[in-house]
Amino acid sequence: MSNETRADMQRSESAMANVPEQTRPGPVYSPAVDIFETDAAITVLADMPGVKPDQLEIDLRDSVLTLKGRAASPATTAETDVLREYETGTFLRQFTLSQTIDQAKIDAHLSDGVLRLELPKVERAKPRQITVRTK
Amino acid sequence: MIVRRVWPARPTFDSSLRDFDQLRRDMLHMFDAFAGERESATPSGVFPPINITQDNDHFYLRAEIPGIAASDLAISALRNHVSISGKRELPKEHERASYHRKERAEGTFNRTVALPTGVDSDRIEAHYADGILTLVLPKAAEAKPRQIVVKT
Repeated sequence: MSNETRADMQRSESAMANVPEQTRPGPVYSPAVDIFETDAAITVLADMPGVKPDQLEIDLRDSVLTLKGRAASPATTAETDVLREYETGTFLRQFTLSQTIDQAKIDAHLSDGVLRLELPKVERAKPRQITVRTK
Repeated sequence: MIVRRVWPARPTFDSSLRDFDQLRRDMLHMFDAFAGERESATPSGVFPPINITQDNDHFYLRAEIPGIAASDLAISALRNHVSISGKRELPKEHERASYHRKERAEGTFNRTVALPTGVDSDRIEAHYADGILTLVLPKAAEAKPRQIVVKT
């Protein structure tokens, strides 16, 4: 086995170990996200169509942020499929946060199936301009 | 690992093909389960993904369109064709924002689907909630199934 293959295998093993096991059966999807950073905060935007605010869990422990939202199937049992292009299930995504995030001030907002998560940075992590003084 | 949740399934109304489509999906699920991976599928490039169901009197069309203003959606129906068009615009963020990930798409979209039978276009209802657009399309009177009473 070449070193490259071994490294690949180890990588996929560790990737698998990171996926938490689900207790509820059903498909699990990774939502599309935008993540951007400004001097003051990091913002995460995630598309979770069909997830109601009470079905959304945001969990932060050991610096791992877990976003989990469950979308229930809106169809009643009397309905039969004509065309199916998407399935409903659970949206799940995890991120590791650095210590520069002020974990007490995280703010989450869900509207129209889009989650907006504001992760403010702690004061000391904000960049400062240092002006050079001349005599 | 990034998995987008768009099925590669092409729209089809043919019930004989639908069984194969279901089989193909089940097999994809199975391969993923063996590989220890989560649900995955290659993107079809069609936006928005649409599900259509029916009962005796109605068709139900549901489309996943997260983060759009209801006023930016245009829906029209003619006989058995339904069109959904609109524009998904992501709000301009802080001008000094530097992006780590940019997976969410924006732009205009326009989809027309043909329903198996005609619909009563005057009585179509549309709702938008939690990023899902739902259309309730009453079937045209001549397309509704009728109960036939057997006389003795």
